[in-house]
Amino acid sequence: MAFKNEEDKVAYWRENISLVLTLLAVWFAVSFGAGILLVDVLNSIQFFGFKLGFWFAQQGSIYVFVVLIFVYMAKMNALDKKYGVDEE
Amino acid sequence: MDLQMMTFLVVGATFLLYIGIAVWARAGSTNDFYVAGGGVNPIANGMATAADWMSAASFISMAGLISFMGYDGAVYLMGWTGGYVLLALCLAPYLRKFGKFTVPDFIGDRYYSQTARTVAVVCAIFVCFTYVAGQMRGVGVVFSRFLEVDIVTGVVIGMAIVFFYTVLGGMKGITYTQVAQYCVLIFAYIVPAVFISIMVTGHVLPQTGFGATLADGSGMYLLEKLDGLSVELGFNEYTNGSKSMIDVFFITAALMVGTAGLPHVIVRFFTVPKVRDARKSAGWALIFIAGLYTTAPSLAAFARVNMIETINGVEQQGTPYASAPTWIKNWEKTGLISWDDKNGDGKMFYSGDERNEMKVDRDIMVLANPEIANLPAWVIALVAAGGVAAALSTSAGLLLVISTSVSHDLLKRNLAPNITDKQELFYARLAAAVAIGIAGYFGINPPGFVAQVVAFAFGLAASSFFPAIIMGIFMKKMNKQGAIAGMVSGIAFTAAYIIYFKFVNPAANVPANWWFGISPEGIGTLGMLVNFGVAYVVYRATGEAPEEIQQLVEDIRYPKGAGEASAH
Repeated sequence: MAFKNEEDKVAYWRENISLVLTLLAVWFAVSFGAGILLVDVLNSIQFFGFKLGFWFAQQGSIYVFVVLIFVYMAKMNALDKKYGVDEE
Repeated sequence: MDLQMMTFLVVGATFLLYIGIAVWARAGSTNDFYVAGGGVNPIANGMATAADWMSAASFISMAGLISFMGYDGAVYLMGWTGGYVLLALCLAPYLRKFGKFTVPDFIGDRYYSQTARTVAVVCAIFVCFTYVAGQMRGVGVVFSRFLEVDIVTGVVIGMAIVFFYTVLGGMKGITYTQVAQYCVLIFAYIVPAVFISIMVTGHVLPQTGFGATLADGSGMYLLEKLDGLSVELGFNEYTNGSKSMIDVFFITAALMVGTAGLPHVIVRFFTVPKVRDARKSAGWALIFIAGLYTTAPSLAAFARVNMIETINGVEQQGTPYASAPTWIKNWEKTGLISWDDKNGDGKMFYSGDERNEMKVDRDIMVLANPEIANLPAWVIALVAAGGVAAALSTSAGLLLVISTSVSHDLLKRNLAPNITDKQELFYARLAAAVAIGIAGYFGINPPGFVAQVVAFAFGLAASSFFPAIIMGIFMKKMNKQGAIAGMVSGIAFTAAYIIYFKFVNPAANVPANWWFGISPEGIGTLGMLVNFGVAYVVYRATGEAPEEIQQLVEDIRYPKGAGEASAH
């Protein structure tokens, strides 16, 4: 087994799941939340030349998606190191 | 030099480039052919994934669609990018660690069942053929419009090029040609967009021009102007759509989940050396895709204002047909734009109500944009090359999945396990050649339902592969009975709903008849939930997966020890 002990294996997986769930919550909030469910509310806010809800639906959510993947990458690489299961 | 000559030169030069790369990157083994030897740099793989993903539909049709749909166009923008978050966080790293060649490989091994493998193979082949027929058609259309050869010749040329580098190079050849094709297509998309953004708003970046004031000195915001024009002409306000919220929600979800479940996208993550590279590669892929996807809605808005003002005049009184710009007359010949002078005043007028005298095809927006904006001939030639690059790169990726499914999943892992690597490689090449032939046939004789079946492809991927893979990774006790029952019921439910509304009774395809107001485009989301639900119930009734399978699942959950992708 790659892990030092059974507890480490469980802890690694739990941290991984909580990271993924946190990031997916943001993913849901910007696209389905701001871009669809709350679009009418946010549209009353002006953001430069955009209505805010419209901006999230056609621009903002895409930028957030990109950031999410890179945050995940950095955090997971750190997590792998912490538990000694990285590929180096 | 005239436009046609210029187009021949530009498109011809890109073809030479693709062929050169193919000769350089020949495949020597099945490992090369299926996963490019597993040694692709993650950033190059990101670029190849982007080209693989962005098809003729993304390049030619999407901005036009958004231009006519306004806010509702967000279903494509969020749906076709948000799936990458799911891929990166929930699928790609684990599938890379698993280290096999294909999606059916994973399904078959994880669920220790040839039946599961066969179900997956059938889905993969169906999804890919659906897609590829549309791509070949795209190549033919671009050729016929810009080079004035007939569609058949266009499709045959496209087939010959794809044949050459897919059959010769396999995944290795495809990967490096896709990198080149991404560069061609993104350049071809951004250049006209930048020109038009400067013209309309004075901003160099289309993404900021989208939210800027107009350059005509009125001080009005672009979107404000567009909303005003839309209402005045009898359309919905541009920034408010016409679809119901629940439908927008379900379509977006189906496209996202479908994206994450498409085999030709997933297989790209088997080509990088390490698990951490798979994570990185997904991020880069989305950056490269976002380049086009954040430009498209801007382009859609610019094009809409431009088109309305050209046809209706700045004062919205209509412009005389006699003084119409040449692009209108050029595109009239193709039948994509037409004018019917209903009130007999000799002026053109475009609107969403009974005053309308124009028929404008959506596909015109990207292709005619350079002409509308009076850009030089080389830019128009570039757009033609970009459209062909988008169609070829996607076709090649899909054809590879088809050939791999046949030679590896069907023959090597199922029917004829004793064939050697050389024989398997031969069958892979043969399958690719046959698949290209079939795809070409559909490109020349398109079945009338190509557009309809695209919803099918996403719905199927969303309701079959995605739940099976997710449960395979995150629920180690999920067993084969649950997975198979889930896949079969998810597909059956989704397919039945789509077939009913698209083919059996298209007249009933209106919101009032839809379940919960969900259109056939969005039903894959419900199909996915059905899959999860059925799988769970069946699993509870039949017991846990065997111990060695649970061990296998635990092994793919951390990166250490990931070897090269291999057959066994």
